[in-house]
Amino acid sequence: MTVTRVLVPSGVLGLGFSAEALARGVARGCDLIAIDGGSTDSGPHSLGTGRSKYSRAVCKAEWRALMAARAALGVPLVIGTAGTCGTDAAVDWMFEITREIAAELGQRPRVARLYASQSPVRIAEALRAGRIRPLSPAPEITADGVAGLANIVALAGVEQIQAALATGADIVIAGRCTDTAIIAALPLARGAHPGAAWHGAKVAECGALCSTHPGTGVVLVSFDATGFEVEPMAPEAACTPHSVSAHMLYENADPFRLFEPGGHLDVTGARYRALDDRRVRVEGSEWIPGPYTVKLEGARLAGYQTTLLAILREERYVAHAREWAARLHARLCAEVADKLRPAPEDFTIEIRLIGLDAALGPLEMRTGQPAEVGALCLVTAAQPDLADEIARLANPFLLHFPLTEDEPLPTFAFPYSPAQTSRGAVYEFALNHVLALDEPMAAFRLEVDAIAHAPAA
Amino acid sequence: MPRLRELTRKVAAKNAGPFQVTVDVFCGSPQAFARVAPALDTARVARLFGVAPQLMRRFDIPDLQVVKFSFPRPVVQGSRFDRDMHGAQFATLLEEIEI
Repeated sequence: MTVTRVLVPSGVLGLGFSAEALARGVARGCDLIAIDGGSTDSGPHSLGTGRSKYSRAVCKAEWRALMAARAALGVPLVIGTAGTCGTDAAVDWMFEITREIAAELGQRPRVARLYASQSPVRIAEALRAGRIRPLSPAPEITADGVAGLANIVALAGVEQIQAALATGADIVIAGRCTDTAIIAALPLARGAHPGAAWHGAKVAECGALCSTHPGTGVVLVSFDATGFEVEPMAPEAACTPHSVSAHMLYENADPFRLFEPGGHLDVTGARYRALDDRRVRVEGSEWIPGPYTVKLEGARLAGYQTTLLAILREERYVAHAREWAARLHARLCAEVADKLRPAPEDFTIEIRLIGLDAALGPLEMRTGQPAEVGALCLVTAAQPDLADEIARLANPFLLHFPLTEDEPLPTFAFPYSPAQTSRGAVYEFALNHVLALDEPMAAFRLEVDAIAHAPAA
Repeated sequence: MPRLRELTRKVAAKNAGPFQVTVDVFCGSPQAFARVAPALDTARVARLFGVAPQLMRRFDIPDLQVVKFSFPRPVVQGSRFDRDMHGAQFATLLEEIEI
């Protein structure tokens, strides 16, 4: 029986993993090392700008450890959704890091880059041609709106990762792909049970999050013709039937089904069995083939934002903070209309009261009077200069606005100078749709390079 | 009446992609699951989160002693009026209800 073993160092490059656990995984051996490089978790800014949210130096240090492990084992190393968002620019960023490390380590790896960015104009054409279908819930889109998006990526599945591996690459730097694809690709290519391959990949995609010690990072998954087995590489960590089965809940709206390009995983029939006190075997998951579609992600420029923060400490202002904020908001809108005269649709001003309901807004149920209240003023405008001008206009009001007309002007606490913080361009997620493809590589492209340089002396 | 947090091991909320949130109530024991699952009214949870009841999905998973709620985010993650990028505070809202 062919067994394919995939070593997963952590849930995402940049988050850290135990060096000792990685060494233990390397000593055990595997057929491929796979790590995710991305997430939509931190919001639309990464996709909007095409930049990694994590520190380059941290990513480079972790990638260096993985490139050394790869070279020691002589197996492929795959990163999915490079640079947080998996745009072409993020793939190139990761490729540059890879070249630097290769030079520093004296390695000459063959590197395949899988590009997943989509031309907004071509996606708009696909929308007109009826090849794009909304998921639920999906934002309303028009062809013109899509054509104006800042960045669009399509999520590759196993077929595109398999194509990259088939080039004989030592290292695959993949743009946007599903978290599971980089782990499931090789086992599926080698005849592993399809349900087990996808389910095992889902269990391992966050590294040791499927174990009792999530922070240790490294897990080893073994796939065969009837199931998969998962084992954490840190000696103190254990996988249990509960920790493994509970992972299907994580970041998953449906804990029994997972949609992927070309079908979906159904784990309703999965049976979880402890092999010993730290290894779990799973059988009974099913892969249900479907039409070949890939999910799209897109970000649109939503304007430019400048923020201010004032802190109310005086008891009477804290007690009447909501009323104060409502009056201040009305006054600011009137002042902006009077003095700056922007088009009404070109700006919004919002005041969130930290200490009362800043995190939950109208859903907040808890009441009570805090010691102080932070008034976070968010100015968002169609042009950067307008956001900045509105914030500067708001500055003296946020510092001195009184609760009533006939009282001495209060002075609140500004925690820093300048009081306004320019946050630059802000973005919004604009797509929750799938694109139908005639064949898996139709929306993706591969580039293969042998990194050549003089070996380090 | 006790609050949900006093009857359960953990309540966790997280985005399930930018357009949905999922809230997992880890009861921690079959006894706690038997107490909590029937007492958690789906329509009440939908109201708590400001979501239309027909959009609220619920999964009762006795094997894990988990009740799971998934629903469209009231505000799309990271858009102008979003207040909680990762959606984690939905858990605190739920764990404070009395049941």
